[in-house]
Amino acid sequence: MTMLSRTAENLFWMTRYMERAETMARLLEVGYRIALMPSAGAGHQNDWASILAAAGGAAAFASRYGETTPATVESFLFFDRENTSSVANCISRARDNARVVRTAVTSEVWDALNGAFQDMKAFERRGPGRADLMTLCDWTKRQTALLRGAIENTQLQQDGYDFMNLGYYIERADNTARMLDVKYYVLLPVTDRVGGGIDNYQWTTLLRAMSVFRAFHWAYGGDYTPGKIAHFLILNKSCPRSLIHCAEQANYHLARLSRAYGQRTKPHQTARTMLAELADADIDAIVLSGLHEFLTDHIRRTAKLGSEIADTYLFGGG
Amino acid sequence: MYDGETVRAPYLDLAGWVSDMPPDLLDLKRAEADALFRRIGITFAVYGEGGDPERLIPFDIFPRVFTAHEWRRLERGVKQRAQALNAFLRDVYGRAEIVRAGRIPAERIFQNAAYEPAVVGIQPPRGIYSHIVGVDIVRTGPTDFFVLEDNCRTPSGVSYMLENREIMMRMFPDLFQRNRVEPVDDYPNQLRRTLMSVAPESCKGGPTVVLLTPGSLNSAYYEHSFLADQMGVELVEGQDLFVDGDHVYMRTTMGPKRVDVIYRRIDDDFLDPLCFRPDSMLGVPGLLNVYRAGNVAIASAPGAGVADDKAIYTYVPEMIRFYLGEEPVLANVPTWQCGNPDDLAYVLGNLSDLVVKEVHGSGGYGMLVGPAATREEVEAYARRIRANPSEFIAQPTLSLSTTPTYVESGLAPRHVDLRPYCLVGERIHLCAGGLTRVALREGSLVVNSSQGGGVKDTWVLAD
Amino acid sequence: MRLTVSHVTRYRYATPIRQVVQSHRLTPSRFAGQRTLDWKVEVEGGRFSQPFTDGAGDTIRTMSMHGAVEAVDIHVTGTVDTVDLVGVLKDHRECIAPGVYLRTTRATRPDAALRKLAAKAVSGIPETARLDRAHAMAAAVADGIVYAPGETHAHTTAAEALALALGVCQDHTHALIACAVSVGIPGRYVSGYLFASADGVAHEASHAWAELHIEGLGWVGFDAANRCSPDERYIRLGSGIDSVAAAPIRGVSFGRANEDLDVTVAVTAVQQ
Repeated sequence: MTMLSRTAENLFWMTRYMERAETMARLLEVGYRIALMPSAGAGHQNDWASILAAAGGAAAFASRYGETTPATVESFLFFDRENTSSVANCISRARDNARVVRTAVTSEVWDALNGAFQDMKAFERRGPGRADLMTLCDWTKRQTALLRGAIENTQLQQDGYDFMNLGYYIERADNTARMLDVKYYVLLPVTDRVGGGIDNYQWTTLLRAMSVFRAFHWAYGGDYTPGKIAHFLILNKSCPRSLIHCAEQANYHLARLSRAYGQRTKPHQTARTMLAELADADIDAIVLSGLHEFLTDHIRRTAKLGSEIADTYLFGGG
Repeated sequence: MYDGETVRAPYLDLAGWVSDMPPDLLDLKRAEADALFRRIGITFAVYGEGGDPERLIPFDIFPRVFTAHEWRRLERGVKQRAQALNAFLRDVYGRAEIVRAGRIPAERIFQNAAYEPAVVGIQPPRGIYSHIVGVDIVRTGPTDFFVLEDNCRTPSGVSYMLENREIMMRMFPDLFQRNRVEPVDDYPNQLRRTLMSVAPESCKGGPTVVLLTPGSLNSAYYEHSFLADQMGVELVEGQDLFVDGDHVYMRTTMGPKRVDVIYRRIDDDFLDPLCFRPDSMLGVPGLLNVYRAGNVAIASAPGAGVADDKAIYTYVPEMIRFYLGEEPVLANVPTWQCGNPDDLAYVLGNLSDLVVKEVHGSGGYGMLVGPAATREEVEAYARRIRANPSEFIAQPTLSLSTTPTYVESGLAPRHVDLRPYCLVGERIHLCAGGLTRVALREGSLVVNSSQGGGVKDTWVLAD
Repeated sequence: MRLTVSHVTRYRYATPIRQVVQSHRLTPSRFAGQRTLDWKVEVEGGRFSQPFTDGAGDTIRTMSMHGAVEAVDIHVTGTVDTVDLVGVLKDHRECIAPGVYLRTTRATRPDAALRKLAAKAVSGIPETARLDRAHAMAAAVADGIVYAPGETHAHTTAAEALALALGVCQDHTHALIACAVSVGIPGRYVSGYLFASADGVAHEASHAWAELHIEGLGWVGFDAANRCSPDERYIRLGSGIDSVAAAPIRGVSFGRANEDLDVTVAVTAVQQ
């Protein structure tokens, strides 16, 4: 069992792009909720800015749109073809990746991607502002869920499946860490003005952006505290978007590949180390020694893991 | 199918099938076939036609039928041609005895752009150059078949042969119960066996075969991925392969893997920038050196194109006599080479009765169909011929046979041609079927999909 | 004459590249005019394929390097004994029909001026006196294109060089091939080395000349740039339909921005 490196590369990026599309949709959804807040004032502008920062396109946005309004942000994050991370771009890139390796994906997986692409083209023909934002966000999440389901239910659980999952979890770890980093200050004890309405809103925003708002209550019950939220999103294995969950899954799929190919690999070693460190970590210690530094470091290490995977598998030696 | 006013025997049953079917059901079935093609996503363009790579070709549900007796003759004729063409290639890249014997003028070969000096003196495994030979055939009477052209490089369209049959079997299973039709679905398996049989001698164990495509933007990409999938071999692009030392490898998730046989669907020019076009990004640098050192097989072999050149076509009957000592089973269409002054004079004097083609053209573009052309068109074309005579050949218009085809007004006769696929490896094998192309416009002789052509399932009845 | 060659070609890449694959035609031809005593082609970190002989009789090897390649240094060193055969390529084994070399490429396509130059040169010489015709055309090319380094480049065509009336050995060779082909004589490009004798004329040690096919004699070399036929000062490496096809080192170019090329060649006569 082995496959062309280019095939593995396409599968890896196919899922990465779809995960990114979902992240963008979630960020848009959060922005939309903020816009509904009464008298948000300067804080309102600030939140849009942090959403754009989390989406990684603040500078590009400023130079092309200027004013931050729900309409301009929607345009930028959903439709804009110049924005490499827009939902429209992510979906068509994911579909392109699948198209060139058609024989490596099942027809259900292809249908899910091709269907999303065809719908997307219809949205584009109608142009921004025609469908309401929540509909677009819901639609995006439904498409990504459809793909995930198609992968789980129809793909052979072999190396190709592992590369798809690595794409998902590498991208998700990166996205979670970035979103946390943009808002890290609200999780710091210094800004822990418990009971403050705005802060409360900031935390819930973060949880909503990760679609784990209700899950948090099930896991922790009671009130939000910055410590609990940070723990949930970084160190709680049961949270599907937490950094440790992503590390665990990446490690699992790399271990499967190592076994299947009978090779010991550098990325597997890296993932194992990352997982072990997260398992031993203590949230208070992380906050104490610098949450921002921790997150920046995690983003860097995730990127390094990604390039080790590329070096080991996706370029195929030679 | 029409024999004067009567329907020929093999079609009798089918004609009854259609006449028994209510017209609205037939319409429904036709729509169903279209929907199936779209769902499968099969798109197709005949080699060199270009155009929209995601275009769909019209599919006619009325099959074309050959009796076992008719097919045996075609089979003999096609295999004979495939053998002669390979013998010719072996010869012209060796001592060129056919030139020494004065049977073909030297310049037709040595100055032909498709003749590759880089592979002179190189013997490919088993001496086979063209592993898949597609011969385009038309019929003008019950026993009269003519060869229009040979395709020795990468004849396309075989995925249509296979998909047409799939769709027919799915839609009209009862037809296949009533008629004993030879299966075609073994083709991918035969192709894989053919390719494996030409692995280089230095290859130990089971050879690794790959299909090399120019990429997903190519008009025949669907066929490339379809065939790779059906054969169970990797579909690779140039970037997936690399040369190291004596061998060519593909990049896999487990590291480099040696490749022994490359079924390439890209032209010679783009195979290797170190040997052919220096600006090609599609190929594999150094591949031709590995090939010439005998460490990889390439199908078709580089340089095979000289055998299917329109300027060489005229000499194929001569090749059959020279190499095989036999008379050709299938006749060539009489062809005038405008580069030859006598022929040119004849062609210019009889343009309105002839079909004129560009030597290097394909896809039915840039040709003149004399009987159907206006006076102005004929005159304009004559000017083009005079400006560059050696670029043109002319053939008489043949009274092509027709088969019933389902058109707007119901069943009507339409002109057809046929491309059977002959595999040449350890054994020579002709698939019992082929691609039938049909000119959907009334009276039209042009079957190319870019010019209003469609396709049909092709049946060979068992004895 | 005993000649030694030291030929170093250096490629430097501003940004390291993933792989380098080259096709080398760097081994002296085997024919009656030269005998190789020792010959080495070395590339540090490079991997060579087994050599093979192509239809034109040239010895070819593939050289590959993988990983992050920053530089490729090709060292060619060797010693060859040569004799003067007045340009005739005697006892050279090859199997490509001379007729193949009646084809032209972008570089060797004769335009009206080249045709005229050839026609004028051979006028009055009977068609059967091919050798005389060849000499006359070589002289005409030498008169028509003055040796001037730096005026032309690797992609200059024969027609362009003649229009400029300036060029280097590559241009002379392409122009002579174009002339020969235009009067029906097969012509090809030969690459090799030239011992720069102390005659005061600046020579390029890495050299090129033409071979024209003369009925009865076979292939005969003509060095229009030096107004002579190759003699014991020449070492022949290989041939092709033009300079690209006959190149001693053929690789994939990665653009001028990233690739820096430096060549030094010394050919010296050994005292015996």
